[in-house]
Amino acid sequence: MASKYSNMTVKAFRRENGRVGVRNHVVILPVDDISNAACEAVANNVKGTMAIPHAYGRLQFGEDLELHFRTMIGTGANPNVAAVVVIGIEPGWTKRIADGIRATGKPVAEFSIEQNGDFETIRAASWAAKEFVHMTSEYQREECSISELWVSTKCGESDTTTGLGSCPTVGNMYDKLLPEGITGFFGETSEITGAEHICQKRAINEEVGERWYKMWKAYQDDVIFAHQTDDLSDSQPTKGNIEGGLTTIEEKALGNLEKIGRTSQYIDILEPAEAPQSGNGLYFMDSSSAAAECVTLMAAGGAVIHTFPTGQGNVVGNPIVPVIKITANPRTVRTMSEHVDVDVSGILRREMTIDEAGDELIDMICRTANGRNTAAEALGHREFSMTKLYRSA
Amino acid sequence: MSEIPHLLVHEHDDNVGVVVVEGLTAGTDMLCCITHDNSTFRLTSGSDVPIGHKIALQDLKEGDTATKYGEDIGKIIADIPKGGHVHTHNCKTKRW
Repeated sequence: MASKYSNMTVKAFRRENGRVGVRNHVVILPVDDISNAACEAVANNVKGTMAIPHAYGRLQFGEDLELHFRTMIGTGANPNVAAVVVIGIEPGWTKRIADGIRATGKPVAEFSIEQNGDFETIRAASWAAKEFVHMTSEYQREECSISELWVSTKCGESDTTTGLGSCPTVGNMYDKLLPEGITGFFGETSEITGAEHICQKRAINEEVGERWYKMWKAYQDDVIFAHQTDDLSDSQPTKGNIEGGLTTIEEKALGNLEKIGRTSQYIDILEPAEAPQSGNGLYFMDSSSAAAECVTLMAAGGAVIHTFPTGQGNVVGNPIVPVIKITANPRTVRTMSEHVDVDVSGILRREMTIDEAGDELIDMICRTANGRNTAAEALGHREFSMTKLYRSA
Repeated sequence: MSEIPHLLVHEHDDNVGVVVVEGLTAGTDMLCCITHDNSTFRLTSGSDVPIGHKIALQDLKEGDTATKYGEDIGKIIADIPKGGHVHTHNCKTKRW
């Protein structure tokens, strides 16, 4: 059924594989920690490029190594990225990541440092990066349906106002746009604790719900109870959550789950950084509740815009995905307005309905897709945090 | 609503509500709003409570369950009078 959201369009970049991106980054991507310096040197040489330094990529193995590759390849493959220069210490893993990104059809160049040194690698990679900047800076935005956007969500520095205002705002947006065919991501496995009975029921069918519950339970058993000392109440809820009035994980989880609205159902479950394979719809990604880690994983899964409700004022951003901050807390609006994209504090004053707030967020999603820089982008927040599953060899 | 509410409550079954104004002081005659249907009632705050923190809507006894969103959010670990501040000093998770 057609709604007022059905004909919405945005001006965005259509990539070689048909996906739609809202930014046009040329990324200089290190395979491993020791290639960060060369990547940063290339990004310094060639304006209009961005290095994404990180802490890992050596002596990982098994599932942890697979997650590393998935995060690296997914980041390069994200439609917000126009072209990628990959630099690693040796050619093997460098090629694996470059080829993974190349599968999207976008331009990729790869360089390895051994037998070249930083100087020669930086020289050759800078030439490639410069060519990519010339080429991609001529790419034009074109009209795309709003349904082609992949929009993720995760909240941070939550308080009781997030469950009252900013999370239901995101939920209202999903209730309106998922039926139009967008793809959505939510997650934060540990932070569903206390609302797992509700989350399980929000699966599209019993089989997906049971798989969700097994995934959630495995995290409880394998991570939380295996590593627990006293209890998690100093960490989950966080000190910031408690300052904001959240007392227990149950209370936090119930507020968190407001982000999937009243009617939205998830259609499948994703591994961390995994790209959806089951078509349009909402996905639960098994992910950390730490802001930068979660946004990084969802960006690697292919999200092009992130909606981020906050209460106390989490300032997180991401290198490749614009992060839209939404808050209902009037004190945060008063004291941290430079971080706020969508002010929904009117909900607490009963001057604004959730429906109106959802429409404001949809408007901001369109403006962001059209090119408006978010607060996090303007302030240079480019947090890129890899999730690591266990100690390296 | 011409007057701005001091306290928001999610559901009729809830026994705690959230302070949504800054600088709430003890003895305030609070306008309370249940967001589920925008119905209102009044309650006197028992202490100074910061924005975002919770207030008991009825007398709560040690061992009671705190209810918000119509759901169990933890156990009461010390008696709280109606209008009193509900937080980590008198309410705790049942999970970990």
